[in-house]
Amino acid sequence: MIERAALLAALSKVRDPELDEPLTDLGFVSALVEDEGRVTACLRLPTYFCAPNFAYLMVADAKTALLSIPGVTEVNVVLEDHFASDEINSGVGANETFRATFEGLANDELGDLRALFNRKAFLVRQEKLCREVLEAGGHPEDLPSLRLADLPSSRAAERYLERRAELGLDMSPGAPVVVTANGTRVAGTRIDEHLRFARTIRISVEGNAGLCRGLLATRYGNSGSKGVTI
Amino acid sequence: MYEKDGEKYFIVDGHIHWWDASPENQKNKYGDGFIRCFYDYHKNLSPKEYVWPLEKYQKYSQEDLMHDLFEVGYVDVGIFQPTYLSDFYVEGFNTTERDAVLKEKYPDKFMLNTSFDPRYEQQGLEEFEEKVRRWNPKGVKLYTAEWKGDSKGWKLTDEWALKHLQKCLDLGVTNIHIHKGPTIWPLNKDAFDVSDVDDAATTFTDLKFIVEHVGLPRLEDFCWIAVQEPNVFGGLAVAMPFIHTRPRYFANLIGELLYWAGEDRILFSSDYALWQPKWLVEMFVDFQIPEDMQSELGELTPNIKRKILGVNAARLYDIPIPESMDVADEGTTPEITDKPPVPVGT
Ligand SMILES: [Zn+2]
Repeated sequence: MIERAALLAALSKVRDPELDEPLTDLGFVSALVEDEGRVTACLRLPTYFCAPNFAYLMVADAKTALLSIPGVTEVNVVLEDHFASDEINSGVGANETFRATFEGLANDELGDLRALFNRKAFLVRQEKLCREVLEAGGHPEDLPSLRLADLPSSRAAERYLERRAELGLDMSPGAPVVVTANGTRVAGTRIDEHLRFARTIRISVEGNAGLCRGLLATRYGNSGSKGVTI
Repeated sequence: MYEKDGEKYFIVDGHIHWWDASPENQKNKYGDGFIRCFYDYHKNLSPKEYVWPLEKYQKYSQEDLMHDLFEVGYVDVGIFQPTYLSDFYVEGFNTTERDAVLKEKYPDKFMLNTSFDPRYEQQGLEEFEEKVRRWNPKGVKLYTAEWKGDSKGWKLTDEWALKHLQKCLDLGVTNIHIHKGPTIWPLNKDAFDVSDVDDAATTFTDLKFIVEHVGLPRLEDFCWIAVQEPNVFGGLAVAMPFIHTRPRYFANLIGELLYWAGEDRILFSSDYALWQPKWLVEMFVDFQIPEDMQSELGELTPNIKRKILGVNAARLYDIPIPESMDVADEGTTPEITDKPPVPVGT
């Protein structure tokens, strides 16, 4: 018997790549059962036509995460009510690549897509962090010289560092905070427009997250927004 | 025309449909899934009193449309944006032929756009020319996520898409409405990405590219190209109804659009029958950026609202506007700039 909390903890590490939020917070996990090391997890999405590449990533990531739990021997992740449910469920079930799952419809795996959305997520988290620093009385003219070592111990800073580390950027205490998505320091004269664009990405992503929650609730009733209840 | 507090507004609804998604017209499970997906958007974002039963939503009458748009919806001119979905629906979801029935009955009430699919190559090009001769449209609506047999979509930069765009230019079909969807070839790419619009807009500077849903869910990608390409516009279909469910988000969205694209390049749309223009127009005219956000986002003036609600689309489509509802340019459009040095890519 594996602790239910351990299963949920593993799934809470799996994110919707577009929304940069855990599947468990988004209410995408509709069922989770375990029996002697065999786990079945059901995922559901806000619409029948959610993008199949992101859907595949979530199903595959959920499987990997659950398999990483000691004692779990077999994992079956089932995507429900999606136009590509059959393809994705059998593809991920058989450990097929994305290309093989969508034969003829894809010419590569999803690494580039995931990386692109990790970079967007990093810029969003950076903008939130800078906003917090300024709201706490920081001066805009100090942003260019802000180092990792100067960061407050806050949730925004933690979230920023988490994604920064994941992108493999410089984590040394003296490294600048305001950087492009590939880690290049942003010059002081460019910081305004850099953060302005990051803000646009934030508004876009926050808007999408709100819409996804709303559509999920409309599709599955109010339990939609609460996440896994069984 | 809508009038409130002594201000008059000429209303052009930049994106409307007359669809048939009834079970009799559904070809397969995708046709059913598609309209149910639309219906969830409708239910989730509409005020309760405007929510239709599914049956009516699947197929509504000419009278419904005329009533909702022109009798109670304040619309002066509606622009039909056909969406074929021939792989999902027997007679198509909303074809030019279907819209033409209403256009012929009420010629002054509608702009009739048509469409093309570059995957039909030379034959498609000839059929497109035929459609243009028959209906004399000023625009096309393109849905790049449309399925066609094994293909799950196409890009504006595909060889035959460029040939079709050249044909648009030759025939004077100058308004190119683009709607992105969840699939494309290859499936491993972000289907919502609008960078192909950027390339097409650079190549065809005499065509206007109206990105539907202002690029949502990729608002940032749309803003990124709008600031560089003066011939790129944003249609507010799907963005409008947030004014009701999430007004602060709507304020942010409009703030971003005004900042990057400016007040001259945003077009009101209900996406009828997804939503109804009556409540959208009423709420938009009443809308103001919340006070605590105004230092960052500014305020919406009646003139900005007039441009968005009708003037901008009327200019694109040469629709005459009564003088009392026109707006002189105020030079508030942001400058077109080079790519901002904010690479999201590698
Ligand atoms: Zn539409």
